[in-house]
Amino acid sequence: MPVIEIAGKQVTVNDEGFMTVYDEWSEEIAKVLAAQVEIELTPRHWEVIHFLREDFKKLGESSTSRHTQTVGGFPIKEQFELFPKKPAKKMSYIAGLPKPKGCV
Amino acid sequence: MLRKSIDFERNTSKAIQITFMHKHFFLLMSRLKNDGEEIMKNLLVLGAGAAGTMVVNKLRKKLPKDVWKITIIDQDTEHIYQPGLLLMPFGTYEPEQLMKKRQSFFPKGVDFIQAEIEKIEPELNVVILNDGREIAYDYLVIATGTTPRPDQTPGMNDPILWYKSVFDFYTLAGSIALRDALKDFNGGRLIVHIAEMPIKCPVAPLEFTFLADAYFTKRGIRDKVDIVYVTPLEGAFTKPVASKHLGMMLDERKITLESDFVIEHIDAETKTIVSMDEREVAFDLLVTVPVNMGADFIARSGMGDELNYVPVNKHNFLSDTYPNIFALGDASNIPASKAGSVAHFAIDLFSENFVNYVNGRPMDHNFDGHANCFIESGNGKGLLIDFNYEVEPLAGKFPIPVIGPLALLKESRLNHIGKLTFRWIYWHILLKGRYLPIPALMSMAGKVKVTKKEKERINASN
Repeated sequence: MPVIEIAGKQVTVNDEGFMTVYDEWSEEIAKVLAAQVEIELTPRHWEVIHFLREDFKKLGESSTSRHTQTVGGFPIKEQFELFPKKPAKKMSYIAGLPKPKGCV
Repeated sequence: MLRKSIDFERNTSKAIQITFMHKHFFLLMSRLKNDGEEIMKNLLVLGAGAAGTMVVNKLRKKLPKDVWKITIIDQDTEHIYQPGLLLMPFGTYEPEQLMKKRQSFFPKGVDFIQAEIEKIEPELNVVILNDGREIAYDYLVIATGTTPRPDQTPGMNDPILWYKSVFDFYTLAGSIALRDALKDFNGGRLIVHIAEMPIKCPVAPLEFTFLADAYFTKRGIRDKVDIVYVTPLEGAFTKPVASKHLGMMLDERKITLESDFVIEHIDAETKTIVSMDEREVAFDLLVTVPVNMGADFIARSGMGDELNYVPVNKHNFLSDTYPNIFALGDASNIPASKAGSVAHFAIDLFSENFVNYVNGRPMDHNFDGHANCFIESGNGKGLLIDFNYEVEPLAGKFPIPVIGPLALLKESRLNHIGKLTFRWIYWHILLKGRYLPIPALMSMAGKVKVTKKEKERINASN
């Protein structure tokens, strides 16, 4: 897996640029990743990101949009407003988590 | 890989695991009466579709009749050959060719109860039926599948639209209604649409699209029909290599792909589907795959995730919470395709594991997520894909004894014949748990591996 430098830190990513090591993530890194996908993080974005991090810790899998809506309380419509076009993918990307797997 | 702070959660889950093992230990011990004689055990199976029927056939052979009573419950008595529902709108089958009595597939020594399920009381090991009867079990298998739910999308089941210009094809009623609507359709925009993943048989909507293209071509009106494929996925399919290949097949057929489309509602007046990010696509005929959900009684029993699927271990199907409950087929939350082939491979391994488990031995037949699906592409041709949790569908050859190798991810006549032959295999071999010469675990034999460079190219183009 490639190792790249983000916000002055060495970070392991996969072929698509998703971080693969949970512990390597930091809020500083999240800001850089968000800028990559042209998102400026507001307090509401952070609420979503922290939910996703906590949820992954519990379940060991990235949350789907529906799970983020039902369990996290962030309506899918709002997810689209916060993370336009591809919310599930962008949310995981910024939160330093794998792309949600549920899609088979 | 995860940071130290999650050690707490690991320890908690270890504690749960120990309680879990204790519970199973007591279950195993309760097999014997004081004098050492074995007492009868009850295996209860909920749902008599493909998965439930295969389970009772496999396990009746393996569990001694003087020790194990097996009971299966379903709400009705018609077993429907679901892969046929895709082909019926195009006139391949008549409804009666797709239906047989469920009871005709149960082996001797299996009791059938026709009833609706109200709820499971997992702490009391009892299933409550909606007529008030209570059925006790020692071990429970949940195999109640997944169902299309048009009620989950605002406007979808509006009586102005439903079965008039909006249809599903995963139900007998939907498939029959759609057959009649297609006959009367003489031009305009046809949308083939997926509401949300996961869905039953994820390739079916693509197959429907290819078949519709061939159908309208044959009728000589293809130039009057605009076909749009609308999906919440990034591309034509879930996995990159197959998605690219199938995407090209849409292009060749001049079918527009509208991706990343998560539906918010359907506007009945303007006949338009509207996405969460306010994109709109108008239709004359909408063939939709509604949100798929597990049975409502699973939610009433407090045993499901947000789509009523039962969380289980993806290698052996044992419930994450209860040591005497398994979920098989489409009813579980395993990250594999919701398809009969997956259920078939899974149950081959499960039946071995179950016998080990109830005798206190480890479940050492790990399921790998193996799926094997024919994809109809129209004009008497089809593709075959074969994959698992780790390996995506690849090109190459799929070896089958006697018949010979079938082409993977490539259109061929033999694959189409394979799909049609499958109905006979399903009724006569598969459901009855007889031997089929396809291994339960996926094999790399014949598959062409994707190089790192190709992978990067595919990722870049997605």
